[in-house]
Amino acid sequence: MINVTNLHKSFGDVQVLKGISTSFEQGKTNLIIGQSGSGKTVFLKCLLGLFNYTKGSIIYDDQTFTDLSEDEKRNLRSKIGMVFQGSALFDSMTIEENVMFPLRMFTNQSVSEMQDRANFVLKRVNLENAQQKMPSEASGGMQKRVAIARAIVNNPKYLFCDEPNSGLDPKTAIVIDNLIQEITKEYNIVTVINSHDMNSVMEIGEKIVFLKDGEKAWEGTKDTIFRTDNEAVSSFVYSSNLFKKVREMYLRS
Amino acid sequence: MNYLHNIGSYFLMIVEMFRKPTKQSVMKNLILKEVEDLVIGSLGIVAFISFFVGGVITIQTALNITSPLIPKYLVGFATRQSVILEFAPTFISVIMAGKVGSFITSSIGTMRVTEQIDALEVMGVNSINYLVFPKMIAMLLYPFVISIAMFLGIIGGMAACVYGGFSTLEDYITGIQLDFIPFHMAYAFIKTLVFAFTLATIPSFHGYYMKGGALEVGKASTVAFVWTSVVIILLNYILTQMLLS
Repeated sequence: MINVTNLHKSFGDVQVLKGISTSFEQGKTNLIIGQSGSGKTVFLKCLLGLFNYTKGSIIYDDQTFTDLSEDEKRNLRSKIGMVFQGSALFDSMTIEENVMFPLRMFTNQSVSEMQDRANFVLKRVNLENAQQKMPSEASGGMQKRVAIARAIVNNPKYLFCDEPNSGLDPKTAIVIDNLIQEITKEYNIVTVINSHDMNSVMEIGEKIVFLKDGEKAWEGTKDTIFRTDNEAVSSFVYSSNLFKKVREMYLRS
Repeated sequence: MNYLHNIGSYFLMIVEMFRKPTKQSVMKNLILKEVEDLVIGSLGIVAFISFFVGGVITIQTALNITSPLIPKYLVGFATRQSVILEFAPTFISVIMAGKVGSFITSSIGTMRVTEQIDALEVMGVNSINYLVFPKMIAMLLYPFVISIAMFLGIIGGMAACVYGGFSTLEDYITGIQLDFIPFHMAYAFIKTLVFAFTLATIPSFHGYYMKGGALEVGKASTVAFVWTSVVIILLNYILTQMLLS
């Protein structure tokens, strides 16, 4: 579980996060949603320790992030899997080497053991025949799946995804969403997804945190989001006519 | 103030480079790859430039010796001194600032832009150690490159001297053996090692701390080349003052 309390982050005089408090539970897909510029990415980077926050606290199970030394932070990070918006695969390595990378860095497994594990997770993301391809030879959807495979290969306790569906067609986006949800249940991990894809919200939003201008404006689930009377959430989530109609049908039924 | 901030950040990067080292088996492969990219990959251009610049030094020297009282073997002597003391360690290092320096800045800068460095950090890898340390170790072989530059510079001078008809082979060989001071080689290799450290770390600093997109990667490469060259020239002056005067 990750507990966030009164999180503030400023860049110079600009206050980007203004006292966010929330928690992310194990075995659930937690979504952070909000408009561009609402502070989602900064919030995620604070959770990952890539940005130092100005005030507040982040507690990973029993470890307060700010109390940890640099080495302890690095040890904690080795339990974190991250799927970046642009996949962030290492260009100079094959897909198999990319997936094996965390194992090479943090385990003492033999090469064959690492290959077996890499092939297992690649099979899990339906990429069993792409081991020897370079990332530049893979499509956007394949790169995202490789990034997911790399994130889960070392059995992480926490999985973070920054807009995992951006740039993907709707069908592939659903495949990625379902894959993340299945993995969350299968490995019982804390998954936090940064998204502004409304399909993801409706499909896998077991907990949704809505950010507006750096503040938590609403918190709920994919079911309660239909019934919310929060104006900010409604105008964001139901901004398209299609979703307005879906909501009307849901409320009528 | 910005300069001071950058200088401070540079030295902090150097300290960070030695903290939490990457696993030995992984580091060994990284170093071998860097040796191939930075050292072996530079041999061709270094050999080409050294041979012809050695020839030009000889021709310029021979053409400027107009007095019949000056012995012809001084052409070889002047070529040897120019190549060993300045051309090979300093001039080649400035060229390497362009070749190796821009490669280092652009490769690390691209990793920054595409979030690959963030990916390393999130995984708990000391990204500075992972990216910069192997480059520094690989550049310990830089004196080997400079030795080849010295050898080919003198050979190029010999070819230009003999085939250009400026003096005989015997005179040239007498000249390159004349009054040889072994400490000059030590001086050249001390400079080379200091320049090697500069060539590995300054471009890495500019790539690692760059901000922006693809355009900024190009700008960072240019800035890295300028600053690496400036630092090499300044260090050359300081080391020459300290070691030879």
